[in-house]
Amino acid sequence: MTPVATPFFFYLLSGLAVLGGVLVITRRNAVHSALALILTLLAVAGLYLMLYAPFVAGVQIIVYAGGIMVVNIERTVKERQFNRIWPVGLAASGALLVLFVSVLVKGKALFPERGLPLPEADNTQKIGEMLYGNYMFAFEIASLLLLVAILGAVIMTKKKI
Amino acid sequence: MLEITTFHYLVVAAALFVLGVIGVLTRRNVVVVLMSIELILNAVNLNLVAFSRMWGGLHGQVFAIFVVVDAAAEAAVGLGILIAFFRNKETINVDEIDLLKW
Repeated sequence: MTPVATPFFFYLLSGLAVLGGVLVITRRNAVHSALALILTLLAVAGLYLMLYAPFVAGVQIIVYAGGIMVVNIERTVKERQFNRIWPVGLAASGALLVLFVSVLVKGKALFPERGLPLPEADNTQKIGEMLYGNYMFAFEIASLLLLVAILGAVIMTKKKI
Repeated sequence: MLEITTFHYLVVAAALFVLGVIGVLTRRNVVVVLMSIELILNAVNLNLVAFSRMWGGLHGQVFAIFVVVDAAAEAAVGLGILIAFFRNKETINVDEIDLLKW
């Protein structure tokens, strides 16, 4: 089973990643930098998918683009309010609504009943077995690190120490 | 068309790494410096996954997940330090953080 148009998608995704990186370090506004970094993170997640690493790609999107970047944007817009851009927001949410409704109406035709057989469909299972087998000690150390990081963040952001 | 090899991924990762290093060295805003560090971590992650694909094992992918955990811890602690510092000195520029210099 050969992938379709691999070089095209590789060059597209790597170009997007490098473009996002350039924008991160050249924009004056830190919020623009954060949005460009999200572009880079999503492009790198696509590259992970091309390397047959779907679990790492999912972790990249959920943890990085969903969690860490929210923290980043929050700390950049702490003192600043967004402008009045409600027409743009209205248009974007209207487009999203049209997309959802169209998928809901003719979703059966868009997606086949049975998914295609993937060459490495048990990637997540193997990674889980390794995390709880080979890398058990490192896994526990990582959880301890996260606990210490949470405590440190809470203590440092308190008004009076 | 040409085939995409591990070398191609290494070139992209090197480009991202260099961009991150330039950002860390040249920008004055602490937030952008932290984001550049995340760019560097992503470049390393891309290398790890590419080599994991090349050797056929999953060790590189597991290590990439640990790197993501480190990045999360770094973001949380960075936010804490930044807020504490902003409360004391009213600035987030790197070159004005010189409390240890007399």
